[in-house]
Amino acid sequence: MKLLYFAWLRAKIGTAEETVDVPAGITTVGHLLEWLKARGPRFADALQDASVVRVAVNQDYVPWDHPVQPGDEVALFPPVTGG
Amino acid sequence: MIRVQRDDFDVGAEIARLTKGRHEIGGIVTFVGVVRDAAGADRIGAMTLEHYPGMTEKQLGEIEADARRRWKLEALLIVHRYGRLEPGERIVLVVTAAAHRQAAFEACEFLVDWLKTKAPFWKLEETDTGPRWVEAQSGDDEAAKRWVE
Repeated sequence: MKLLYFAWLRAKIGTAEETVDVPAGITTVGHLLEWLKARGPRFADALQDASVVRVAVNQDYVPWDHPVQPGDEVALFPPVTGG
Repeated sequence: MIRVQRDDFDVGAEIARLTKGRHEIGGIVTFVGVVRDAAGADRIGAMTLEHYPGMTEKQLGEIEADARRRWKLEALLIVHRYGRLEPGERIVLVVTAAAHRQAAFEACEFLVDWLKTKAPFWKLEETDTGPRWVEAQSGDDEAAKRWVE
């Protein structure tokens, strides 16, 4: 699974992009976020307030219960501020 | 038509190219977003726009398709810049053209409201006290909600 991080999430986590093998049982965005938070203090800090984390799977916004699978491109980022 | 680019754009040239020979057009509405030099009490020296290449184009394309479903538009252009921009520099251009003005005005406002809440861009401001990520404004969400059918 390809993971992308943007804006202050990228800065806090310390990387823009990584490819990970997620364990079996991680089948939704919500599971994935919990698994990421347990990967270390940087992730725990960046993801502690889920209300300011937006998620896109394969470049579409998705809710927490959306399914994820190996091969997906999953992006985590704060609320957008374009325009 | 959607473009995401580092470089500046020429508003007049963009409108001329978009509408050349399109004599069914009776009204053209343009929105240009520019960088302000202040945010509240803080002075802004510059801002850097980061985006999500690929998703940006996809989301802007979907917003364009939605606008074309809602209004009868003869032409539509969104140009959004990224990278470091200083106060006074252009950030975004939205042009809508229609046979009559109402569709062009409404569609332009719709597009700006939606790109503020949907297009994956983030602004890092350079302030007197250091860099700071711009937070999303709840007013932007409220503005976009007006258009929910």
